[in-house]
Amino acid sequence: MSLRGRRNLFALGVLGFSVLFLWGLNGLPAFGHYEGVYGITLNRVAVTQRHATNLVAAVTFDYRGFDTLGEEFILFAAVVGVAILLRAQRDEAATPDEEDEETKDESRDAPHTSDAVRVLGLALIGPTVLFGLYIVAHGHLTPGGGFQGGVVLATAALLVYLTGEYVALRRVSPESVTELAESVGAGGYAAIGFIGLLTGQAFLTNVLPLGMTGQLNSSGTILLINLAVGVGVAGGFSLILAEFLEQTLLVREREHG
Amino acid sequence: MSFLPFAVAAWLFAVGLYGIVTSRHLIHLVVCLSVVQSSTYVLLLAIGYRTGASAPIFVEIPPGAPAVDPVVQALTLTDVVVAATVSALLLAMAVQVHKKAGTFDPDELDTLQG
Amino acid sequence: MSVLLPLSVVVPLVAATLLMAASRAWNRRGYDVFAIAAAGSVLVICIVLLFNSTREPMVYWFGDWSPKDGVALGVSFVAEPIALTLATLAAFLVTASLVYSWHFFDTVGNLFHVLMLVFLGAMIGFCLTGDLFTLFVFFELMSVTAFSLAGYKIEEEGSLQGSLNFAVTNSIGAFLILSGIALLYGRTGALNLAQIGESLAGGPADGLVITAFVFLIAGYFVKAAVVPFHFWLPDTYASAPTPVCVLFAGILSELGLYAIARVYWTMFDGVFGAGLVNLRAVMVGTGAVTAIVGAVMCWPQRHIKRLLAFSTVSHVGMFLVGVGLFSPVALAGTVVYLVTDGLVKGSLFFCAGILLHRLSSVDELGCDGLGRDIPYTGILFLLGGLGLAGLPPFGTFVGKAIIEEEAAHLGYSWVTYLVVAASVLTAAPVLRAGARVFWGYGPGDAYGHHSEAEGDEGEPETSEARDITPPLMWVTAAALLGVSLVAGMIPDLSIRLEPAADFFLDRGAYADLVLRGVTPHEVPLPPGAPLLKGAVIGLITALAAVFAAAMGLWHAKLPASMKGIIAKGLGPPFGRLRALHSGHVGDYVAWLTVGVAVLGGLLAATIG
Repeated sequence: MSLRGRRNLFALGVLGFSVLFLWGLNGLPAFGHYEGVYGITLNRVAVTQRHATNLVAAVTFDYRGFDTLGEEFILFAAVVGVAILLRAQRDEAATPDEEDEETKDESRDAPHTSDAVRVLGLALIGPTVLFGLYIVAHGHLTPGGGFQGGVVLATAALLVYLTGEYVALRRVSPESVTELAESVGAGGYAAIGFIGLLTGQAFLTNVLPLGMTGQLNSSGTILLINLAVGVGVAGGFSLILAEFLEQTLLVREREHG
Repeated sequence: MSFLPFAVAAWLFAVGLYGIVTSRHLIHLVVCLSVVQSSTYVLLLAIGYRTGASAPIFVEIPPGAPAVDPVVQALTLTDVVVAATVSALLLAMAVQVHKKAGTFDPDELDTLQG
Repeated sequence: MSVLLPLSVVVPLVAATLLMAASRAWNRRGYDVFAIAAAGSVLVICIVLLFNSTREPMVYWFGDWSPKDGVALGVSFVAEPIALTLATLAAFLVTASLVYSWHFFDTVGNLFHVLMLVFLGAMIGFCLTGDLFTLFVFFELMSVTAFSLAGYKIEEEGSLQGSLNFAVTNSIGAFLILSGIALLYGRTGALNLAQIGESLAGGPADGLVITAFVFLIAGYFVKAAVVPFHFWLPDTYASAPTPVCVLFAGILSELGLYAIARVYWTMFDGVFGAGLVNLRAVMVGTGAVTAIVGAVMCWPQRHIKRLLAFSTVSHVGMFLVGVGLFSPVALAGTVVYLVTDGLVKGSLFFCAGILLHRLSSVDELGCDGLGRDIPYTGILFLLGGLGLAGLPPFGTFVGKAIIEEEAAHLGYSWVTYLVVAASVLTAAPVLRAGARVFWGYGPGDAYGHHSEAEGDEGEPETSEARDITPPLMWVTAAALLGVSLVAGMIPDLSIRLEPAADFFLDRGAYADLVLRGVTPHEVPLPPGAPLLKGAVIGLITALAAVFAAAMGLWHAKLPASMKGIIAKGLGPPFGRLRALHSGHVGDYVAWLTVGVAVLGGLLAATIG
């Protein structure tokens, strides 16, 4: 279809689509006046039941914890998928050997790092890791948790790349370690679910002591799951970053066969 | 005014679709898909909003105090993870398509006709 | 026993993480054995659960959060025979595919196996869940895994484009579903299917409910590949690795339709009850169009995997007719048809994979007569073609017969003609291709002057010697065909499914079970209907398919006047229809938008 034809077809479709969507939205309760029974019930009972003050975490990692197990595996599958899609093709070779002038392609090298970026980046790595760990560990108390903190931790890996070189990144987070973190995170989540099963209760039931509401050491499985997810997300995102960087910086078409 | 947040969701969905349909570059197309996805964030969070209520973090407020709906926020979190992963996969595919076909333009990718 | 319910999903997922973690410790055979053992144990779990659920459906609450006062706080699994039949089919196909992959590409170590196991867990979770959002999460988990598996052959341009089209259209489908979920949550404040259903039943069928319904079914239509949401499917199937195709065609599309039946009967039955007749017309009509478009597009294909892909579209249309009749009998018949057809299609894809292994090609004309050395594969392939047509005693004829009969009861007697026509048009090209490739029938240069879509560009999927067929490859192909054959010979198969279908359609009983823990009372088996008429129709269909295949092979010998009529009358519309399948993702998304608008318009006019 020509661009014009496609645009006309779409114009017809999107007109109907928008009318339908707006008609549907019109049936919603007025903005700001939502009274859904699910959320209101949870707001009332969850802190007492789960000793977690961050209700979003209580919903994510306990009441609807099974969804989040699926979500963790979405990330797991995507990481595996990216690794499959970005693997070296038959006519390519990963050449970390930068001395090899034959295959060197200046335009695809990382831009030269200035001292300012280097110093600032180095200074930020420590605080970033600390901040990431804090976000992961306090997910049951305040906004944050394993997903958010894990991404912050993966940012630290990106800082290593920015300040040093790709090779340095590979040294501090070799593929075997990030892969393991990824599997341990996803598998660990499932393993925590098994604790309930082993004590004769349902999968993902909390059987651990709930602790004092508001303390770091509280909320039982929510804290543990946050830690597992944090490890998994940090590993997964580092792996995705490394795969894309490798494509840009290292993979060269093999010349002369 | 109370309908505006919902209308924004519809607008984002439609405009993102327009971007995908008319896209001339696969990377642009992936970003347009993210625009469509943002529509779902806006919709979910707008539905759960309650005027005058606080966030569902019961640190400084007692349990049972008016708070916005925590469930839609948890759903949005899942949605965000889905968005990140799907984007990563699509970008990886786009990189490989470019290697094979030498172009990012959907108009020039024509191995699958008929 | 209830402990098996979470295990059916968690076992494959955990096995995938173990396999990933062990990536450096094991060798290829280690992955093979481990993955097959994991999938096989899931199969056993599913079968045990299936037999249990026929005695008594069961509900399972994760985290022990059983509902209080009709408000579900947590996520539930509901074990009932129809969901478990599909879960069992998924486990069986994954196990067979892993066995078949024993000889497959060993370039990426364990990653393929890891994804297959995650895919299995995702499909089973999708079947069993009783929660609308969990349905979305596992839909996405299936999608993400499927995108990666579809793009597995990164050496081929077609494979990459196919998976890209697949990922973009299916993601938009997922956003539609999520928007529909948001609307329903805004109205009912619930995510549990049964609870939403109870809440909606008391209210009006207004714009919100109709829009939510349209968004949900449109999203599932994309996955099921219903016209006009189907364009991505042939692109993807033509180029995905063979074992992956088996899963896509055998179960993935079908799960989209399962979800439609599930969400309708648990949530919308009460609120749409009055408009059911109109809704039925829309669904049956959409299914009929899909069946015809798929069948018509099937005929001119010479790329065998693309041919099978279009036959999948056509069959999805027929399943949609079965689901869209909205009756327990038709649903039981559809399940029988869907399972037996999925097995036959899987077997055909396996045979295509053997061709790819032996001849490095699945082009019907390019392989003309080259398959003479592998006549046993040829026999399996032809039997598969006859199975698609519904030749008794292949189980396919049972399912079709029940759908036809029930459609006639409900005033859709033309469905019989539709099913026969679509079956002939999808089986005939398979028989034609088989006869040409394996026995060299028909002149080689008869047609094919049009440009052809590419999929597999002859890239070998296997690394072993090409002059023999590894036994595991044809054994799995024969096993799938055999199971489909045996299923057709089980007397009263569909009658046994009818109580299950009754429960599936009983919104009240489902809600009682989920929200209040009340076990449904047992329904007596209905009297069996004789299937003689269906068997005769199946036989006629198969004969017609053989005749049509012969026409396709020797159409050069037809009288000139007839050829002229065919060329003038059918050529231009055929050409236009083919041109719509442009491989351009922008086109596909434009059609998707139009599809949503048309569905919305139709339902707004008839129900609202």
